Formats: sequence, structure tokens, C-alpha cells
Amino acid sequence: MSDEWSAIAGVLIAVLGGAIRVGTPFLFVSLGECLTERSGRINLGLEGTLVMGAMTGYGVSYLSGSAWLGVLAAGGAGVMLGWLHALLCQQRRVNDIAVGIALMIFGTGLAFFLGKPLIQPSAPRLPALSLGAWSDNPAVRAALEINALFLIGALLAVALWWFFRYTRWGLYVRTVGESADAARALGLDVDRVRMLSTMAGGFLAGVGGSFLSLYYPGSWSEGLSSGQGLMAVALVIFARWNPIHCFFASLLFGGAAALGPALQSVGVTWGYYLFNAAPYVLTLLIMIATSSSTRVLAGMPGQLSSGK
Amino acid sequence: MSKQTKQPPLNAGRRTLIKAALAAGALSALGGLKPLWAAAKKKVTMGFIYVGSRDDYGYNQAHYEGKSALAKLDWVKAVDQENVPETIDVQKVMESMINLDGAQVIFPTSFGYFDPHILKIAPKYPKVMFLHCGGLWDASKHPKNVGSYFGYIDEPVYVAGVVAGHMSKTGKLGFIAAMAIPQVLRNINSFTLGARSVNPKITTTVVFTGGWALPVKEAEAANTLIDQGVDVLTCHVDSPKVVVETAEKRGIYSCGYHTDNSMLAPKGFLTGSQWNWGKVYQDYAEMISAGTKIPNLVRGGFKEGIVKSSPYGKAVGDKARKQADEVRGKFMNGSMVVYKGPLKDNTGRSVIAAGKEHPQTDIWLESMDWLVEGVVGSTKG
Repeated sequence: MSDEWSAIAGVLIAVLGGAIRVGTPFLFVSLGECLTERSGRINLGLEGTLVMGAMTGYGVSYLSGSAWLGVLAAGGAGVMLGWLHALLCQQRRVNDIAVGIALMIFGTGLAFFLGKPLIQPSAPRLPALSLGAWSDNPAVRAALEINALFLIGALLAVALWWFFRYTRWGLYVRTVGESADAARALGLDVDRVRMLSTMAGGFLAGVGGSFLSLYYPGSWSEGLSSGQGLMAVALVIFARWNPIHCFFASLLFGGAAALGPALQSVGVTWGYYLFNAAPYVLTLLIMIATSSSTRVLAGMPGQLSSGK
Repeated sequence: MSKQTKQPPLNAGRRTLIKAALAAGALSALGGLKPLWAAAKKKVTMGFIYVGSRDDYGYNQAHYEGKSALAKLDWVKAVDQENVPETIDVQKVMESMINLDGAQVIFPTSFGYFDPHILKIAPKYPKVMFLHCGGLWDASKHPKNVGSYFGYIDEPVYVAGVVAGHMSKTGKLGFIAAMAIPQVLRNINSFTLGARSVNPKITTTVVFTGGWALPVKEAEAANTLIDQGVDVLTCHVDSPKVVVETAEKRGIYSCGYHTDNSMLAPKGFLTGSQWNWGKVYQDYAEMISAGTKIPNLVRGGFKEGIVKSSPYGKAVGDKARKQADEVRGKFMNGSMVVYKGPLKDNTGRSVIAAGKEHPQTDIWLESMDWLVEGVVGSTKG
């Protein structure tokens, strides 16, 4: 009996630790996408931004010796890709989803190309905060080795929620996202608001990428992202464009990714292909559950092309 | 550094010294003129195709290192391309290597290149040899200008298991694997049998990630295995980098795979299992140049020089080294049989009856679909 309990505890601790470790890039990308979508545009290119951020962060950390400088540079690369997306989308008769797919391929390809010499060298990584020092259980301690970026992301989720709700700039973004005509009537520059939102969103996605290469799993390789940037876009829909919900949804997705390995490591040997696919199954279920041809989702910005 | 400026080593033979002197002379006076005896060898052009990146510390790097070993043969021209997906892309790359580079032999190294891609292109170019790494060639079904080569990598994996068995204090080993296919299962079983030859109570917990290159899942698997008390980790995925680095970060031992991973874990690295494709590719080059018929099937382990062990890490004790060296010696002289009865799988079923032996060359081992007693894991997801 005690064996079973320790196995269950083991899985729970692993899923908790995994939720934090694996969930952090989801958190940054989804907050970025949330901001962009609230302004009325979808940026599917964030998968490319994530990969580009991972490569840039690793490269700059390697060259400069400072991992935090790498994080900033990754954000900078994200800003550039966001700017490109916004610039293309504000041309006449350009579809933001098509541009997003193009930029996803562009960002990934460019990162692979520039990242060739970075696969072997070892760059300085981000340090972890040991919040589990109080426990003498090594598994708990390992799960509570938390990176500062996760805490920053959590604070950012609250800040973004407050920004949308209580600030004038937040109101601008929401107005532009709900109705471009109304925003123009108010004298707002719709393209400019969207460009800034997309650039800020790109910054966050780039930072999310640097978490992958500089902390967990902590090296640059071409298979690093395995679609996390795309999943984060689905996650924003699941979170109903609410930054606080994005935080919890990211933890859920992170925990789902940790479930497969955790169950196998305690000896649950059946169904591992299903458990391994948990994040993807979850994405699919969300898309099915939330799709409807007749009604628009609650909380969805009115200007999103996916809602038209 | 160019070849001509390299100092000949002190013990170099007369031939090498003359060659170096001639080359130095040629450099100043005649440019790239070749020494006379180089012309005796017929020129050979070889093409290599990898599914991933050349410097992944893993499967693809092992092949790239093999290709790079050809550089010292000045009568061989080796061309390569990385990141070629297992789609129609590989057919285009093969054709371009044949038509533009004049390749006489192509090495498409990834498992998924074989069917349908090689089988489709090979009949179009009957004079070109297509040698596939992995072992799917069948004389009764496939074209004569196709062949396969592979190594018994589970021999060094068994040796690594012996070392792991000596070094583990908790008696729990961890194995991170991509998928439950025969090659992978054979490695898991050999690793476990090696460790249990030292301490019959040892168990190996397997985590299948479901893909060849999923770094986040591999890191997650490594962490959760370590949380469960595993103190030696090894893996069979395309790139062992994440697993070996995570083990080092968490302060446990690791065994490498595919290439020499020792620099990824200076403290905890024990040993590893490596391919030695350089030798295989050089042998092929000699055969083509001499015009001898190329065998369709090439197999081998330690004895044939196709696989080798990574050098022991600092942590490995004398007892472990001694026994591992002994086992390797038995593989070298052909007296080692890993799979012999009585042997049970981890569901209690008898898989090899008492008195029965399956030596390394036994084709039966290449259809393995069971995990040996002592492995925590299942072949069916």
C-alpha cells in the first residue's frame, strides 16, 4: 500500500514540477499571443518566433557570457519578427493567418540556418531558485527548482490582466480589437496599436524561446520546440483571451506533457503513447469543444479573422 | 589546417615522410600536383545523406564522423547533406548526388529512407550502389545494387550495463527510449543483462518518449526517473545530449550513445556505445576503388570494428573497468553470448529455453519484441 502511495505522490510531484518547467514557455507565448489577439490580429508565426528566440538567446548568451543578455536578445528577435508580421498585415488585402504561417516557416528556417554553429558549444544557462530547500525529499526539491522567468511570467499575467482592465492603453488595445471602426472614430491609429501589440507579443514569445534553450531542457537543437508555439495559440482560445486563465492553462499543458514520462517512471507501463500525446489530445479536444459554426466564442475579440 | 603543413609524427614510416616531403615541395613549386602513387588508386565519389543535423552528438554525427574519416584518403571525394526529411526530398538529393557530383555509391543513413525512396531510385541507376544503414535489404525482394550495413551496437551497450551495474548504489537504472522497435528493445535488454550480470537485483526503468528527437520530453523523462531514485541513466534517441546533460546537472551517472559524449558530463560520465562508421566507409571505398563486388549485407560488432566503447569516465572504479574489459575481450574473441537460456521476459514468460543460445549474428534477435526480466516497462503502449 505504501508503495502505491509513494508512486502516486511521485507522479503528482513530477506533474507539478513538469507543469512549472514545461509550462513556462507556454506561458510566455500565450501571454504574447493574448496581447496580439486582443488587438484584433492572430499571429500564428509565434512558433517561428519561439524557435528564433531560443537560437538567439543561446547564441548571445554564448558570445557574451551573460544568460540574461541572451534572454533580452531573444525578446529583441521576437520584436523584429512581430514588427515584420504587423508591417505585412497592415498592407491592403493581406491575411494575417497566411502571413503568420509564412513567418512561422521563415523564423524556424532562419533559426536553423543561423543556429548551425550553436548546436555543439555550451552557453551559460539561467540559474534556478531553490524554493524547495525546506524539504528533505529530493523529488520535492527538484520540482521546486524554479527559474526566475516563471515567476516573472506569473507576475506578467496579473499585470497584463490589470493592463487590459484598468489602463487607458489597455482600453485602446481592446477597442481596436473589438471594432476597428469604433477605434477610428475615437481617433485611434488602429495599425499603430496593432503593430505595438504584435511587437510586444513577439517579445514575450522570444523570451519564452530563450527559456527553452537557456534553462529547460537547456541547449539549442533543431527539435527543441516540437510545436509548443502552435499549442500556445490554441491555449489562448482555451483561456478565453484572459491572461490569468493563460497562466493556469499553461500549467495544465505543462503538466500534461510531464504525465507520460512520470507514469512510466513509477512503473505504470500501459498506455504511454496515449499519455505522451496528452498535450496534443488536449489541444484537439479544446478545439472541438470550442468550435461552432453558429456562435462566436465568449471573450473573443470581434476583429479576429478566425471569428468572421 | 591544410594537409601539407602538418608535421609528420616521429614514428611515421618512410612512405609518409617521402609523401610529406613531396607534398611540401609540390606546394611551393607545382601547386596541387599529386604524388605519383596516388594515381594508382581509382577515384571514388561517395554521397552521404543524414536525416538530422551533422553535429547533434548522436546518430547523424556518428555518420558524419565516419564520412569525415574519408578525408585522409585523397582519392575519395565525399559529399554529404544534412536535414533531409524521409520524403520525396531524399530522392531528389540522391539523384542530384548521382547526376551532379557523380557519386558511385550513396549512403542514405536514416531508417525511413529505404522504403519507398531507395527502392524507387535504385532501379533507375543500376551502376550506382545504394547502401542503407539499418538492415532492411532482402535478396529475394530488393534490387541487386542495394545493400545494407549495420552494427551490433548492443555489445558496447552490454559493456556499459556491466559498468552501470558496478557503479549504481540504488540498484535502479534508467533508460530513455524513443520507441519500442526491435533495435531499441535489444539495447534495453542488453544493458539490463549486463548490469544484472554484476548484481542480479538491479532493475532498469524504461521511459518511451514516442519520438526520436523530443528534447523537452527527454529532459522530463530524465528528471522524473532521477526523482524515483535512478542513479545511472542512458538512452536510445537521436541525440543523447539532453539526457546526459540532465544527468550531470542532477549529479548522477550517465552512459552515452552513438558518439563520444564524455565532454557533456565531465563528472558523471561512465562509458558509452559508439559507432565506428569511419572503418566501414573506408572499407567500402577500398572495395569500390579496387573494383571488387560489394557485399549486400555487412554486419559486425566489436570484433569487426564496427562498434566501440567510449573511454571510461573518471568516476569508473577499477573493479568495473576490469570486468568490462574482460567482457569486451570475450566479444572480441567471439566467445560471448548475451542471449542464452534460460531467459524469462518481464511478464514471467520464458523466451529462451534452458540450454539454447542465440549468438549475436542470429537473425532471430532482430525481431525482438520482449523486455527481459528486470526491466520495468512494456513493449505495448
